[in-house]
Amino acid sequence: MAHLALNSKKVERCRELAENISQPVESIIATHSTLAIERAVLRLLGVDGAVVQKGGQGFPEVNAIIDQLSGADQSPISRGVLYWFVNAMIQKKMTAAEAGRAAAGGKINLLKLPVAPEAEIRKKAEELCRKAISDLVASRDRRDSLRRELGDKFDPEGKSGPIIYVIVATGNIFEDVIQAKAAAQAGADAIAVIRSTAQSLLDYIPHGATTEGFGGTYATQENFRIMREALDEESKKLGRYIRLTNYCSGLCMPEIAALGARERLDFLLNDAMYGILFRDINMKRTLIDQHFSRRIIALSKIVIHTGEDNYLTTADAIENGHQVLASQFINERFALNAGMSQNLLGLGHALEMNPEHPNVFLLEIARAQMTRDIFPKSPIKFMPPTRYKCGDIFYSHLMDAMFNFVGVLTGQTIQLLGMPTEAMHTPLLQDRWMSIKNARYIFSGAKDLGAEITYRDGGQIERWAEKVLDETLSHLELIAGKGLFRAIEERAFAEVSRTETGGKGRDGVFMRDPAYLNPFFDQLPL
Amino acid sequence: MSKVAQVNLKKLRPYGDIMDDGTIQLAFTLPVEPSAEAREAAQQLVQKMGFEQIKLAAMEQAGTGFSFFVIYANTRFSVDMTRIKVIKVDSEKRARDEIDELIKTQIGRKLVVIGACTGFDAHTVGIDAIINMKGFAGDYGLERYQWLDAHNLGAQVSNEDLLRKAQEFKADAVLVSKVVTQHNIHLKDMKDLIARAEKLGLRDKFIFAAGGPRITHPMALECGFDAGFGVGTKPSEVASYVLDEFLRRQIPRSSVKRKLVPKLKSRVSKNAKKKATKKKVKK
Repeated sequence: MAHLALNSKKVERCRELAENISQPVESIIATHSTLAIERAVLRLLGVDGAVVQKGGQGFPEVNAIIDQLSGADQSPISRGVLYWFVNAMIQKKMTAAEAGRAAAGGKINLLKLPVAPEAEIRKKAEELCRKAISDLVASRDRRDSLRRELGDKFDPEGKSGPIIYVIVATGNIFEDVIQAKAAAQAGADAIAVIRSTAQSLLDYIPHGATTEGFGGTYATQENFRIMREALDEESKKLGRYIRLTNYCSGLCMPEIAALGARERLDFLLNDAMYGILFRDINMKRTLIDQHFSRRIIALSKIVIHTGEDNYLTTADAIENGHQVLASQFINERFALNAGMSQNLLGLGHALEMNPEHPNVFLLEIARAQMTRDIFPKSPIKFMPPTRYKCGDIFYSHLMDAMFNFVGVLTGQTIQLLGMPTEAMHTPLLQDRWMSIKNARYIFSGAKDLGAEITYRDGGQIERWAEKVLDETLSHLELIAGKGLFRAIEERAFAEVSRTETGGKGRDGVFMRDPAYLNPFFDQLPL
Repeated sequence: MSKVAQVNLKKLRPYGDIMDDGTIQLAFTLPVEPSAEAREAAQQLVQKMGFEQIKLAAMEQAGTGFSFFVIYANTRFSVDMTRIKVIKVDSEKRARDEIDELIKTQIGRKLVVIGACTGFDAHTVGIDAIINMKGFAGDYGLERYQWLDAHNLGAQVSNEDLLRKAQEFKADAVLVSKVVTQHNIHLKDMKDLIARAEKLGLRDKFIFAAGGPRITHPMALECGFDAGFGVGTKPSEVASYVLDEFLRRQIPRSSVKRKLVPKLKSRVSKNAKKKATKKKVKK
């Protein structure tokens, strides 16, 4: 594989700066929790029912319980939900599921029960968490044994060529299953079920199987289960392990991590800053949530996909390539801080440069290759163009082909396939089929090309890569100097400004009481 | 005399390589396995659509139980283009400095424009391209205009909030971007905005314009908006429209009536627009 001669001192310095940037945030993470984390804790214990509300809609028990502990006065929740909940289990001699149902249904009031000695509650909570963790490990083992059985060849370093990743987004999970199976048969290696467009801002996870969504399908535990079961079946039929992806972002990030881990997901879209920038979710909320999410993800060895591919949909791609790289360094640092290893970090990128720019593909190759070379152990996820897509599906198909070519040439690990109809609708079955055929042709036809070429010393590609690295370094210096929060406020990323006290979900952040109880923080590996 | 036939606008037909050959390419999927019967089914389907000389170029298996077809065929239909009238956004093409100058001299104060991607829609790409400084395709965004006071409220803004903000900012124009169109959610959201505005007595206070890849001007009118902008619209086109529409509304209402009504009669029959026009006249 051809590599770029990048200055490794500069790369090292970038990693140092990312660590400096993460430090002040880590101390906030260590002293705070969020309502979403507390809900995730209950879900890990197996509280996964729903209270049927007016109109027949299911409202999750975990939300009903947490709401009772966190009204205007946040002091009960600051001890951690487990303190109250485990006490209820002791007092009422109930299992977690029973206590969850009783508390959510208003049959017991967690705050009005006699309180067991602290040590007893703690001991029981520790046992419950250990059990929950061993359940997650069992799910992980079940997933991994199916991979082994089918001789799964996924290689994070991308040495065997990019895997084919496509999306399904019909809004109906049962229709999604049909589309996903057809995609797998055509050659897809990973299926992402796109979420309904509003879900990231819902402060609860909808319940049960869903058949209606907008621009996608709701992420629910039952939908995860249905799709994973269908892909298990299809994987066995095809003799090839098909991966499942969903979105671990938004206001329910830690809960989705918990459900994704339990339902054996392979990939989760999970980014330290995406929610802040693109969904206007409060900074602290997002950064605290991403940490706990990634602790679970690290245990379950799920590959995350970061969201840097979105940055340049709003900012100019030629001028701002360094923002993507700077963010990748920061995302990497936060993930490592949460106990993840580099082979689980699917760093996302997409350059979205103006196709009319002369020699634009030299720049695309430079960016793709430098990402590969700077993060050699990580499964790099390469995204196709979307910003310059238009209704001319034939031109669009050609753009995708060019990006497929860059992907195979530069050794990307996961290639999200572009669709000819990107600018029009969520993919039709035939759109996905055409795209997969396109990618298979190019991935096979240019399989070893990267190993046959070298980049010219001091040539345009290498110079561009060096320029972006230099700009990244000074961008990181700037962010480290200002602190991450202020830098985001001053539009360090994607030309978006957010404030420390602004954004959605801020009310859900609270300071942990000195007696805060959550043994997951101790028991999840670091 | 020309050796090739000239286009006949009264009987316009598609052009493949010979004038009036009527050639059309089609691609679709049937939910059946490829087979001789599936091929025949695809042909018959295309025949029923009124096509002739059907050439089935490809039948491919696109997953178990699905066949993908590419077909070339000739249509026997034609249209009389000379009778077509399309309702278009009524505005002149102008450059940014020209627009700034006109606002300065004709209005003498900044025009206030707010914009958002509304409802559950999370795609800011459209509204950003129009409002943000940088603009789109070399055409600077509304923020760059000296005589426009432009505010981008971002995505997932509820109609309720949008109207509240419009009042707060004392907006002259409200821009709504709609990207997601599944289950016609964009139409529902747009109609809901106008219904709310009417209820609050705000319909005529603001110029309402919609934009998005699937938005057309007639569709926007049917939803009760004043204008709709499709894919590829540049910020200067929107700015120029806001200026023109603002000036039109300064003219005594009776003359507005004469100017607007005959044009609208030609195609738009939906009540929403009629009502909106009437109200304007009454005031």
